[in-house]
Amino acid sequence: MSMIDKKQKKQLKDLFQKLENDVNIIMFTQEFECRHCKTTREMLEEVSDLTDRVKLKVLDFVEDAAEAEKYGVDKIPATIVKGEKDYGIRFFGVPAGYEFTTLIEDILMVAKGVPGLAGDVLEEVGKIDEKVDLEVYISPTCPRCPKMVKAAHKLAMANNNITAAMIEAAEFPHLIQKYEVQGVPHTMITEEYGFVGQIDEKQLATEILVALGKKSPEESEFMHEHEHEHHHEHE
Amino acid sequence: MDLPGFSLDMASLQESPRPDADETYDVLILGGGPASMSAAVYAARKLLKTAILTRDFGGQMLETSEIENWLGAQSIHAKDLISQFEEHVKSFEVPVLEGQSITGIKKEDDLFKITMDSGEVYTGKSVILTTGKRHRPLGVPGEKELGGKGVAYCATCDAPFFKDKRVAIAGGGNSAFTTALDLLKANARVSLINFIPGWQADEFIRQQVDKYEKSALYDNHQVVEIQGADKVEAVKIKDRSTGEEKTIEVDGVFVEIGLLPNSELVKGLVDMTDSGEVVVDCSCRTSLEGFFAAGDVTTVPHKQIIISAGEGAKAALSAYSYLVNKFQL
Repeated sequence: MSMIDKKQKKQLKDLFQKLENDVNIIMFTQEFECRHCKTTREMLEEVSDLTDRVKLKVLDFVEDAAEAEKYGVDKIPATIVKGEKDYGIRFFGVPAGYEFTTLIEDILMVAKGVPGLAGDVLEEVGKIDEKVDLEVYISPTCPRCPKMVKAAHKLAMANNNITAAMIEAAEFPHLIQKYEVQGVPHTMITEEYGFVGQIDEKQLATEILVALGKKSPEESEFMHEHEHEHHHEHE
Repeated sequence: MDLPGFSLDMASLQESPRPDADETYDVLILGGGPASMSAAVYAARKLLKTAILTRDFGGQMLETSEIENWLGAQSIHAKDLISQFEEHVKSFEVPVLEGQSITGIKKEDDLFKITMDSGEVYTGKSVILTTGKRHRPLGVPGEKELGGKGVAYCATCDAPFFKDKRVAIAGGGNSAFTTALDLLKANARVSLINFIPGWQADEFIRQQVDKYEKSALYDNHQVVEIQGADKVEAVKIKDRSTGEEKTIEVDGVFVEIGLLPNSELVKGLVDMTDSGEVVVDCSCRTSLEGFFAAGDVTTVPHKQIIISAGEGAKAALSAYSYLVNKFQL
């Protein structure tokens, strides 16, 4: 059975006609596929069949362990959307529900080669000069989540120091437990600094700068949580 | 839980032109819910120079799942309906500023100046306020501290995290019962806590909840405190008739106790009720000439998508009449 319906395929075909550059999608699965691995792979195959511009490469998490390490893939299903260059855009778990649109937006963004951020946002993002791995935990039925994932992906595209992953929470219960994810979108900036709720790109850049200690916690929208986490750490 | 399939939101893939701060718009629409989008379509069809300033598209619709009372659609996903509205608006190429908050609204001579948090100022000959409402917090100890750590306001987003768990729901209206249903479907055990005596929810949805054995109802009870160190562990409630207190062990608390109007920005500028709803007449006019309001932020009774959409249309047509009379448009 087809993953994407006929009407959507037609809409995607039209959209993909505007792609000016190739987009490479790398997906990690394994020989005995988990249920969501299979779903993800089949969906990606259907998407890449709609245009010559989107090239899909399916790798095996076990057999291609070296590649997995290179891309920082430590769990599957993993999907990487890259151009000639790897911008650090990742999806762990299936980009289903509302996140399917995020995947498509990422393909369009990568093909364009620019994140489409306003000048003041780019300026704020440009101040991030340390490696940061963003993780945005979502549920596929959460209407505000795609905005948060998209913001993280845009920042990853705008700044080489940033990687940004969507994580479909239900597929990775150990991570839900570790970070006590009980509401989405839940964004982890570093191991200690996380927040719940959707914010815009500029505020996300500010939160990263606060997490890195480059900006005062007063500029954070979630300062009290930060203090709380900190406090917890020293207990 | 089963996967929800793959949903393609064409509207969010379409880019809108950005509004121009040097331009004087005929009408500036503040907000992005059904009232806003309907107003935009009507304004655009009157060829008014229109711009939308909003944090996002969908407004409160972003927090619901299935909609079953939008005429013509027996059942439609809220996000799909938003997408259809948004596509309709975008087909007119109405300029949109999305993702920024408004920090100031003032009237200078006959023109309105809207200041954004980026510092940009937009100018309009008229304004339609459609900023809607937001969740009212309980305002009890533990609520803020445990936000996102078991305290939740969006069942369609967060219900999956409470699979097989115990959840308290504050509220007794339709949204509280919809939340209960979402949670019961995830096999959670729910306790509904209603502050006022008598459940306000429609009989139809109450019967659906009654079918589940894992629900407990506490009528005329008040939530006193939400307890927990790093996450919600219990909720303390009080029987308002006897004063007796009781602690229920829960893993989560969903707050569905009604809404607050997003009208702080126009306080002192237009007349409003004690609860903060902007007073409008049946032409969506406020007490300030040229300043219109529509949807849930106003005193119009019955907060419904179809009513907001109707009000938005009316506000745009009223703004059109105003512009024709005042500026001989």
